[in-house]
Amino acid sequence: MQTPPITPGGDPNLTSGRIPESLAEVRSPRQIRRARRRRALSTFWAQYRKSKMGMAGLIILAFFAAVAIFAVFASKDGLDPTLVEGPRLASPSATYPLGTDSFGVSVLTQVIQGSKISLLVGLVASIMTIAIGALVGIVSGYRGGTYDTLLMRFTDFGLVVPWLALAIILASIIGPSLVTIILVIGLTSWPGTARLVRSQVLSVRERPYVERARALGGGNWHMIAHHVLPNVMPVILANAVLVVAIAILSETALSFLGLGDPFSFSWGGIIESAFNGHATTLGAWWWIGPPGVCIVLVVLAFTMIGFALDEIINPKLRER
Amino acid sequence: MSVLSLKDVHITYHTAAGGVPAVRGVDIEVAKGEVLGLAGESGCGKSTIAGAILRLLPSRTKVEGSITLDGEDILSMKLGRLRAVRWTGASIVFQGAMHALNPVQRVGDQIGEAITVHNQAGEREAKVRVGSLLEQVGLPTRRAADYPHELSGGQKQRVMIAMALACNPSLIIADEPTTALDVMVQAQVLRLMKDLQRDLGLSMVFITHDLSVLVETSDRLAIMYAGKIVEEGPATSVFEDPKHPYTAALAAAFPQIGDRRFRGNPTGLGGDPPDPQEIPSGCPFHPRCPAAFADCQRTVPELYAAGTGRRAACLLVTGAHASTAEVTE
Repeated sequence: MQTPPITPGGDPNLTSGRIPESLAEVRSPRQIRRARRRRALSTFWAQYRKSKMGMAGLIILAFFAAVAIFAVFASKDGLDPTLVEGPRLASPSATYPLGTDSFGVSVLTQVIQGSKISLLVGLVASIMTIAIGALVGIVSGYRGGTYDTLLMRFTDFGLVVPWLALAIILASIIGPSLVTIILVIGLTSWPGTARLVRSQVLSVRERPYVERARALGGGNWHMIAHHVLPNVMPVILANAVLVVAIAILSETALSFLGLGDPFSFSWGGIIESAFNGHATTLGAWWWIGPPGVCIVLVVLAFTMIGFALDEIINPKLRER
Repeated sequence: MSVLSLKDVHITYHTAAGGVPAVRGVDIEVAKGEVLGLAGESGCGKSTIAGAILRLLPSRTKVEGSITLDGEDILSMKLGRLRAVRWTGASIVFQGAMHALNPVQRVGDQIGEAITVHNQAGEREAKVRVGSLLEQVGLPTRRAADYPHELSGGQKQRVMIAMALACNPSLIIADEPTTALDVMVQAQVLRLMKDLQRDLGLSMVFITHDLSVLVETSDRLAIMYAGKIVEEGPATSVFEDPKHPYTAALAAAFPQIGDRRFRGNPTGLGGDPPDPQEIPSGCPFHPRCPAAFADCQRTVPELYAAGTGRRAACLLVTGAHASTAEVTE
C-alpha cells in the first residue's frame, strides 16, 4: 500500500469540498471561523427546511409570535369592563369574531393580548429552567464526588418540596407581577432537568471517546464543550420542549390562583375568569375554548420544533 | 536510547474489596523504531500497562516503579506537562473504534482535534493535515466530512490510526486494534499499521491476545501472565520455540491449517486465569501447567536467561526439574 509522507502544505484540492476559497488567500483565524459558522448555519437551515413537522411547528409559532408583537402595539381600550358597551355573553358574530364574555369584552381582543404574556413567560421561564438545570446537571455529573453529592441533595430538596406551595410562598414574598411568575417558574422547575442531564452526562462521561479525548491531552473544558455537551444536547432540547409546555401551563395555574399580574391578560387568566363566570354551564364555549386551543397549539408547535431539532442534532436520526 | 522504559512497575487498582494488584513488577524497554508485542489472556494486565503509560487509569489507582517516555518521568509529571505529552509523546489506537469515536462529530474534526488541542496548527492547516492523514491510512479525503456511523468497522479503525498519527508521536500504543474486525479487514489493518510503522520509523507497543497477529507485526514479544512478564524475546523464536509452558499453550492454540495433527483436535489451555487477589503461591501458572513439579508451588521464578536475547520465568529453564520431574495435579 502506498503511504506518502505527510507534507504540511498538502494538496489544496483535498479540502476544496469544504473550503471554496483558494489556499493562497490569507485570512485571519477569526475570519475563517466566522465563515465556517455562517456555512454551518446555512446547512442547518437547509436540513431544517426538509422537516415537514418542524416547518409546521415553526409556522404555528411564527403566527403566534406575530400576534404577540401585534398585541404589543394594539390598543388596549376594549379590555376595560367598565368602559365596554358590547352585549354580554354574545356568541361569535362579525363584530365579535370570538364573542364576548360576561362583561361584554371581546374574547378575541383578550386572546390576542394574552398571547404576549403567555409566550413571554413560557420562553423566559424555560430558558432559566434549562440554563440552571443543564449547568447543575453537567457540573454534577462530570465532576462527581462532593460536588455531585451537594448539588444532587439540593436538587432532591427542590424535587420533594411541593411545587405549588413553594411557588405561592415565593410569589407572596416577591409580590404578584409578571417578573414574579417568571422567577417562580424558573426557580422551581429546574430540578427535573438537572436530574435528567446529570444521568445522561454520567453515561456520556464513561464512553470511550471521552477517554480518548483525555488521552489526546484535552482538558475538562475541552471535554465538556466538544464531547459531553454535544452528546447531551438532544436530551436538553427534548426536555426544553416539555419545559416550555410546562412553563406555559404553570403560568396558567399561577394566574388562576391570582399570583399573576392582576392588570395583564394571559391565556390562563382568561380561562380562570371564564371558569369563575360559569362559562361551561352557560354554554359559552367561545369564552373558554379559544385560550385553551391557543395553549395547545403553542405547546404542540414547540414539541414539533423539538422533534425536528433532535433529528438534525442527532446524526443517527437524520435521513440520508 | 529507548523511547519507552518501564522499571519494576506495580499497578494496584482500588476497589471496595481492597487493592487488586493488576501488574506486579514489569520491566519493558522499547527502542526507537521497535515494535514490542505484549500478549496474554484477558485480565493479565496488558491494557492496564497501556493506560499507565499516559496515566489514564482511575485516579485512585496506585502506580509504583518508574515509567519514562523519551527520557521524561511520566509518574512525577505535573498535570499541565502531562497533557502536553499526551498524544505528542505517545498516542493510543483504542480497541473498539466504534465506541472511541464521538457519534455527533465529523471524523475529520475528530482527527484534527488532537492537532488543535495541542495548538500545532490553525484550523486551515489542520484540515489539510487531516486530508493527508486520511490518504495515508488509505481513505479518500472526502471521508473527513462523514460521521462515524457512515463508516464501516475497518474504516473506523483506519480513522483511529490516522488520529494516532496526528501529532507525530514517538510511540504508538495499539491496544487490541483489530478486535471486533473480521479476519480479512483485520489483515488489511495490520498490514497498514506495519507499513506505516516501517515508513515512519515509529516505535510501537502492540497489545493483543492473538499471538499469531504479534508474530507478523512485532520485533520482540513479551508474554504476560497474572501481572508479570513470563517470557520475552525475538518474536519468531518465541512463537516457534516457546520456553515457557504458558507461551507454548498460547502458541499451540492456533491450528496450522493443513496440518493433520490439528484436525479435529483443537488444543487449548484448561482452567481460568488466576484471581488477581488470590495469586497462587510459587509460580502463578503452576495449577494450570502441564509440566509443573513440586518446586513450582514454592519457588517464585524470575526471568532467567533462555537463549540469545531471550528470558523466561520458568524453573524448567534452569534445569531445576531434572531430578524431581513429577506432575503435581
